[in-house]
Amino acid sequence: MALCHFYLSQMAASSERSPPPFPDSEEPELLEDSDEEADAFTGTSISEMDSPSPDSTRPPKDIFNEPPEDIFSDPLSNINSEPQKKVDAKIPSPSSDEAVDLFSDPLDDDSEVMSSPEVQNPMPDLLNEPVEAPKSDVLGEPPVHRNAARHQDVFEDPPKSSSKSSSVKKAASAEMFGDDDDEEDLFKEPPKVVTKKPQPSGPPVDVFTEVKSDVKVKPQVKDDPTDLFAEEALTAPAPKPSSGSSSSRTNGVHSEEQDLFSEATVELSLDSPCNDRKNKEAVKPSVSAPAAPVASSSSKAPSKSLEELEEEESEDKFDLNISITNPEKVGDGMNAYMAYKVSTQTSLTMFRSKTFTVRRRFSDFLGLFEKLSEKHSQNGYLIPPPPEKSILGMTKVKVGKEDPSSAEFVERRRAALERYLQRVVSHPSLLQDPDVREFLEKEELPRAVSTQALSGAGFLKMLNKATDAVSKMTIKMNEQDVWFDEKIQDVENEEQHLRKLHVMVESLVNHRKELSGNTAVFAKSVAMLGSSEDNTALSRALSQLAEVEDRIEQLHQEQASNDFFTFSELLADYIRLLGAVRGCFDQRMKAWQRWQDAENMLQKKREAEAKLLWANKPDKLQQAKDEITEWEAKVTQYEREFERISATVRKEVIRFDKEKARDFNRQVIKYLESLLHSQQQLIKYWDAFLPEAKAIV
Amino acid sequence: MTSISEDSDKEKVRSVSVDLNNDASLVIDIPDALCERDKVKFTVHTKTTLSSFQKPEFSVPRQHEEFIWLHDTIVETEEYAGLIIPPAPPKPDFEGPREKMHKLGEGESSMTKEEYAKMKQELEAEYLAVFKKTVQVHEVFLQRLSSHPIFRKDRNFQIFLEYDQDLSVRRKNAKEMFGGFFKNMVKSADEVLISGVKEVDEFFEQEKTFLLDYSSKIKDASAKAEKMTRSHKNVADDYNHISGALNSTAADNNTAFKKTISVCVLQKLEDRVASDQELKLTELLRYYTRDIQAAKDLLYRRARALADNENSNKALDKARLKGKDIAQAEENQKQCLQKFDKLSESGKKELTSFKARRVVAFRKNLIEMTELEIKHAKNSVSLLQGSIEILNSN
Repeated sequence: MALCHFYLSQMAASSERSPPPFPDSEEPELLEDSDEEADAFTGTSISEMDSPSPDSTRPPKDIFNEPPEDIFSDPLSNINSEPQKKVDAKIPSPSSDEAVDLFSDPLDDDSEVMSSPEVQNPMPDLLNEPVEAPKSDVLGEPPVHRNAARHQDVFEDPPKSSSKSSSVKKAASAEMFGDDDDEEDLFKEPPKVVTKKPQPSGPPVDVFTEVKSDVKVKPQVKDDPTDLFAEEALTAPAPKPSSGSSSSRTNGVHSEEQDLFSEATVELSLDSPCNDRKNKEAVKPSVSAPAAPVASSSSKAPSKSLEELEEEESEDKFDLNISITNPEKVGDGMNAYMAYKVSTQTSLTMFRSKTFTVRRRFSDFLGLFEKLSEKHSQNGYLIPPPPEKSILGMTKVKVGKEDPSSAEFVERRRAALERYLQRVVSHPSLLQDPDVREFLEKEELPRAVSTQALSGAGFLKMLNKATDAVSKMTIKMNEQDVWFDEKIQDVENEEQHLRKLHVMVESLVNHRKELSGNTAVFAKSVAMLGSSEDNTALSRALSQLAEVEDRIEQLHQEQASNDFFTFSELLADYIRLLGAVRGCFDQRMKAWQRWQDAENMLQKKREAEAKLLWANKPDKLQQAKDEITEWEAKVTQYEREFERISATVRKEVIRFDKEKARDFNRQVIKYLESLLHSQQQLIKYWDAFLPEAKAIV
Repeated sequence: MTSISEDSDKEKVRSVSVDLNNDASLVIDIPDALCERDKVKFTVHTKTTLSSFQKPEFSVPRQHEEFIWLHDTIVETEEYAGLIIPPAPPKPDFEGPREKMHKLGEGESSMTKEEYAKMKQELEAEYLAVFKKTVQVHEVFLQRLSSHPIFRKDRNFQIFLEYDQDLSVRRKNAKEMFGGFFKNMVKSADEVLISGVKEVDEFFEQEKTFLLDYSSKIKDASAKAEKMTRSHKNVADDYNHISGALNSTAADNNTAFKKTISVCVLQKLEDRVASDQELKLTELLRYYTRDIQAAKDLLYRRARALADNENSNKALDKARLKGKDIAQAEENQKQCLQKFDKLSESGKKELTSFKARRVVAFRKNLIEMTELEIKHAKNSVSLLQGSIEILNSN
């Protein structure tokens, strides 16, 4: 009975928990579901209680009676209160972060937990039967054990496996709305599943009840480990962003590992589309895995506050310095290209050495972008866009000898490439990408072929964009998430503002250049005037004035280039970046669309089944049922994907906002300092001139 | 050349007094002006101790056209041929700001309230600046007349100052305009013709080459300065727009951009004023462009007289040769010579004082401009430092 109470309370808690952070993000259907679920929940929980509730539940039960509440109430409240607080105080960000974490690498926590010795011990004890074996395995070789554990689950309930995977997804999605502790479900699952299995469930309802059961199970399992888990869960979000931002926190490897794991889990729990990528990376991790110390997770645990995180992030920055220098023309004529020296300085262990240099050409940068966006953009990652290809500019460089405009072009591009690379590596997930590392490290890079056509492909891209725009118009996404709704609006507004601003700054640059030219002309003219002036003092003063004007002209010129490089380029960068942000939103919408389509399909299938039932055609019924399960799986998968992409996008946007604020602050200060410098020079010049003017008699 | 500059040095004291107009016997200023449609009415206020005026203090409303009339009558007065006649003030030009005002009215709907208010403020400031400038040039014209020992006694000038009714000056009609144009043509053709006449006085010879050279240079400089000022103004305008855009961006955003606002406010200040004092320089150059034209006119008149003199000499010779009309020719020659001598004498005086005045004016304006430059630069330095601090503390 106590157990029952516990369930109920837990239920209540969880149901309460889940909606508040993102009430809107849930689809209407989902909401319904959750209601249903709630009902189902109470029902099932009771039934469970009464009925089979196998041995496994028994022993924990005792433990549960007391500790659960304490433990639960504590961690839960912690969890709830903390993230939510954050939510209130800041933006929706923290919660989203966490959510993202869960999704993008659900195993994050798990992996850490597993690899961490602390966890290992309690785990086996508490869970005794099912988990123990796999856990211990885990200790040795994380990746393997992961698989094992997962597999075990799967094996334990073969019949369910399909539905279960979906249920897991469900649960995960449910958790999305809820908190991190849900994560534990995954963990708990092994035991729970065992208990669950006996219970029969109706076909469509299955998913829900199951989901519920998962949730329910959670409490059961929770005993001592819960603390750990809860903690883990808490910490989990923290490490994510930080590791992402720099991965440097401990060392690149660790976070990487997490990713790998997360991906691996995804693979296991459902056949996600990202499999190939996962696989690729999964192979890698095993090597790096051992490096992942528990320390990181434990040390991370306390650092929950966002400020700390931010600090961490900024600290991380210093661990990877990339500079691009020495633009050099290679070859002649139209086959000529500019090669840039890309130097990296880092303390990250993921790199072979502390400093290294490679030569890259522009198309290599574009190639990197292509590769990255191919791999990551569908997951909602914000891939920093590279500078645009400029046929005109480059042709000038190719043809022209040493004229200032082409020099300016090269410098402009060099700076833009540098900023681009810095943005890439400052992105936590992208830094982990093998292609990025290869780009930075590898001596010879296979020639990026596709980019050759990229300028031509610009046309294709435009076509794509056009179709996108059309589909955007046709897809009327019913935005349920206020945060996204507002953010999308904000981003659009901001882009407009920045565009406007950019035009103005461009004109400022041009006008200042003009001014500098006119000042030069005036200086000359004053010098002439001075030479024909017959009053010696005045003549002297005038020629001095000419000199002053000459210097001022220099000043204006410098300032114009400052206007351009620190201000105008910053704006241009962010206009591009905002475009990328919108791309993320689009990806999210596409995921949503996919989900909705699947949902509709499922609906159709169910109707078909109902018809078959009514028509009493048992032979086809089985097929229809299969189809339904298939589509159910798809729906859950897509839904989960959508949730995951939403979470990722959200996290990315928040990260982007933070970076943007920092970037702007830094650049504006730099710009202001340049202005300040000019003004100080001006004072100096005029101060020097004043006695001359006074000396006129 | 040096002797001349020394000359002017000696005369400096006097010329300063001329320029600064601290002669209390006739003080003129324009305390007020009224702008209605395209007409500007200046209130010309006079304070005097001279007995030729009926009252010691009075003010009359005058329009730009009346100033032009005054200038023209003075130019046409034969007696003043040997004097540098102060250049007429340029026509008030409110086209620029007015056009902008119009545009502003049209664009009102497309702008945010703050943007509109700001633009309007800007425009008003610009309008005011132009207005002030206009008033100033008119005032300077009158002051130069009043400080000149001969012009101040001019009848027309006194009427201009005293007569409190409309002078009923009409604008030049087309024929007169054409006539003026024709006269200019004749003049420049004449200039070429008489340039062949041999100069008898070394001083004038030097002055002539100097002035010709100087005038072209200063014209050039003035044009360039104007250009420079214009582009400076453009820059200032850009700053304004940027600050407006930043403001609206900041309004839409929260924390991230708030700081940038402080940035732009100062930028606007910085360049707005910077262009202001550039105007000072430009104005100076512009004024002297005109003044030098006036001096050149004097030279032309003298050269004309010289040519006339030579011609009359020739005519006299001819008459003597032919033996008839000798008396008449002699009379003519005498007159011409007299006129020429008079012109030369007063011209010499005028030119030296002009030189001194120019130097003084340059000095004054250059110093003022430099000081303004420094002041503004210092202002913006402190503003910049302030906002950098704010940003850093963020």
